[in-house]
Amino acid sequence: MSTLADAAPAPTTALPRRSRLTAAKRRQYGAAYALVLPFFIVFVAMVIVPLVYAGYLSLYRKRLIGGTSFAGAENYIRALTDPLFLSGVARMAIFLVIQVPFMIVLALFFALALDSGMMKLAKFSRLAIFVPYAVPGVVATLMWGYLYGPDFGPFAQISKALGFGPPPFLTQTGMLFSIMNIVNWAFIGYNMIIIYAALRSLPSELYEAARVDGASEPRIAWSIKIPAVRPALLLTVIFSVIGTFQLFTEPKLMFSLAPTVIGTAWSPNLYAYNVAFVNQDANYAAALAFLLGIVIMIVSYIVQLSTQRKERGS
Amino acid sequence: MSATPFTRRKFLISTAAAASSAWFLAACSPDGGSAPAAAPSPSTVPQSDIDKALDTETTLTFWTWVPDIKNQVKLFTTKYPKIKVNLVNVGQGAPHYQKLRTAIQSGQGAPDVAQVEFQFINSFTLGDGSLLDLAPYAPATLKDSYPEWVWAQVFTNGGLWGIPQDTGPMGLLYRQDLLQAAGVEPPKTYDDFAAAAQTYHSKNPKSYLVNVAPSQAGQMIAYLWQAGVRPFSFDGKQTVKVDLANDQAKNIVKYWGDLVTSGVASNDTDFNDSWYQGLAGGKWATLPIAAWGPVFLQGAAAKTSGKWRAAELPQWDPSKTVSSNWGGSTDAVLKLSKNPIAASQLALYINTNKESALKFANEQFLFPAMNEILEDPSFTGQESKFYGGQKVNELFAQISKTVSPDFQWLPFMDYVYTNFAETLGKAFANKTDAVAGLQAWQDACAKYAKDQGFTVA
Repeated sequence: MSTLADAAPAPTTALPRRSRLTAAKRRQYGAAYALVLPFFIVFVAMVIVPLVYAGYLSLYRKRLIGGTSFAGAENYIRALTDPLFLSGVARMAIFLVIQVPFMIVLALFFALALDSGMMKLAKFSRLAIFVPYAVPGVVATLMWGYLYGPDFGPFAQISKALGFGPPPFLTQTGMLFSIMNIVNWAFIGYNMIIIYAALRSLPSELYEAARVDGASEPRIAWSIKIPAVRPALLLTVIFSVIGTFQLFTEPKLMFSLAPTVIGTAWSPNLYAYNVAFVNQDANYAAALAFLLGIVIMIVSYIVQLSTQRKERGS
Repeated sequence: MSATPFTRRKFLISTAAAASSAWFLAACSPDGGSAPAAAPSPSTVPQSDIDKALDTETTLTFWTWVPDIKNQVKLFTTKYPKIKVNLVNVGQGAPHYQKLRTAIQSGQGAPDVAQVEFQFINSFTLGDGSLLDLAPYAPATLKDSYPEWVWAQVFTNGGLWGIPQDTGPMGLLYRQDLLQAAGVEPPKTYDDFAAAAQTYHSKNPKSYLVNVAPSQAGQMIAYLWQAGVRPFSFDGKQTVKVDLANDQAKNIVKYWGDLVTSGVASNDTDFNDSWYQGLAGGKWATLPIAAWGPVFLQGAAAKTSGKWRAAELPQWDPSKTVSSNWGGSTDAVLKLSKNPIAASQLALYINTNKESALKFANEQFLFPAMNEILEDPSFTGQESKFYGGQKVNELFAQISKTVSPDFQWLPFMDYVYTNFAETLGKAFANKTDAVAGLQAWQDACAKYAKDQGFTVA
């Protein structure tokens, strides 16, 4: 969405200026537009057009018998009272509040540890933490399916050997945390790399000055590094907010292990998918997707706003 | 893991499936007179036209997920060298149907011939219908080539919508060694079966007689079918019957629910790794499964070779043997096809030519639909080491004759199957009231039908 907002003013500001441009400048501008043109063609064809089409679809209703009719806001009203959709959004809100802070703090911790230069095997650790992000989802499911398995999983076997029942990984209550765990496993490395890259770009004079003033490494981390990488942290938080509400792969994959727990609407995105492809109701799915997009925008905006306030306050 | 090839292969064919129908019912339906919309019985395409089409340069597209089906297609193209066939695998089950529906809607890019499972035929004959009625292209005697129930699956509402390829009559696979050790006879009736479940689990607390999968609508529908429950019907236009929660169905569901709540049957999700390991590790002494199951099990539980036996399903009424069906598919021709004659001959040839159909049965291990193959000694005579030398094919071929014929499907089985895991399946998983779960399943399916504009009778 922000891309749109940024893109819109560009041509309008460029137009009045054009008359005063020299030929050389004009050529430069021409080249610039030529270079971004491929992006905009793809952007319009692959994002804007489908978006408009989905918006159009969401205003109609198509039934297996009786065909298509204009529905106006009916799909949206239905979604706002649909317990499956609302409970999915609520579940994701809980997920967000618990999982995202945990993940970002750990990612920050690892990034600081790597950046401190005091770790042995730093390169190996960096890779090891990042690798889960690169593991394909299907492989990850097989792996977690085995680890979480109530009969033959290693945790279940240890737990049984100690005389307890199998751990409740795949139960109604346990599933939320099981999926949080998978998301942590996959995305801590990803977020760590973003923060780590930001840390590496800081000028080392700052640390030297701090050391001269007698600051300890933790003190440097707390008072210099963390405030300095705040934009990167905000970025990871926004990514995580979007990622959480769009959670799809993990519940979709866990479905084969615990279909009655995941159901069709564990996450709002999974619900939209099932509505479109199982219920054959692409119109309602489009409305769900739009509403989800609005929820994400609102939450992202709140996150951004609250951090800006803090910045202004300090 | 060594199981993978078979597991995948057979699971492909079976997916979430079960199938049969009721041309029978439709024929007797009281509103038969008010059905002018039904196509007037189409005249047969003359043989000269068929010969001409088969002698014309033609390229057909065939969407299917069946492994090695190129062997059967090759028999066809060798016989009719002017026909070329492009085989395309666009996915199996749900993704296949999604792409098929999309292609049909857009009016282009659809294949000439497509794999369609029995229970999904109705979803393609909805409205104006996307499938070609094959009756005019097929020999008039084709009906006699199949057991009655198989024909009833493909000949509905006055049309022949697909040529049967494979089927899945239900039987019972059991671990002879485990039952013997527990002193339990292979149960013949459901009363015996419930008692055996109790005895077996008390003697062998780490193992169960049977699993009731909360994820498996296909299996539960097969149980209902066997007991004579006819929950669905579709008149080919806009009236459906959704009657899952009738008294008979409640009894069946209560039976399985009681086994689960009393703890003598397990309630594990099936067709995932944990389940395969359980099969191999002796977690269950019986596996009620379709005719594609025996070969599938050989792959999934290879190390238990020689310990399994096959039998008929337990019976509700010991005086007569009745079975049902789970899975099976057809090759259907799309109305959009520009070469309907060649396409229909391809579908017919690969599935009804004896050499081709025997190949399906003996090389791809698809359980046959045709009588001729079901009776062929090269098929029925096979002795299976995995089943202690038992002639498993012969047994299931006999079972196929006992499948009750008049089972119909709704034109939206994807929803019915998916919703199972949220309603009745959930009751099994949580060990709550199964009859309430059945009612929830019924309510959801009926509501969906109404929302989609069907008249729910």
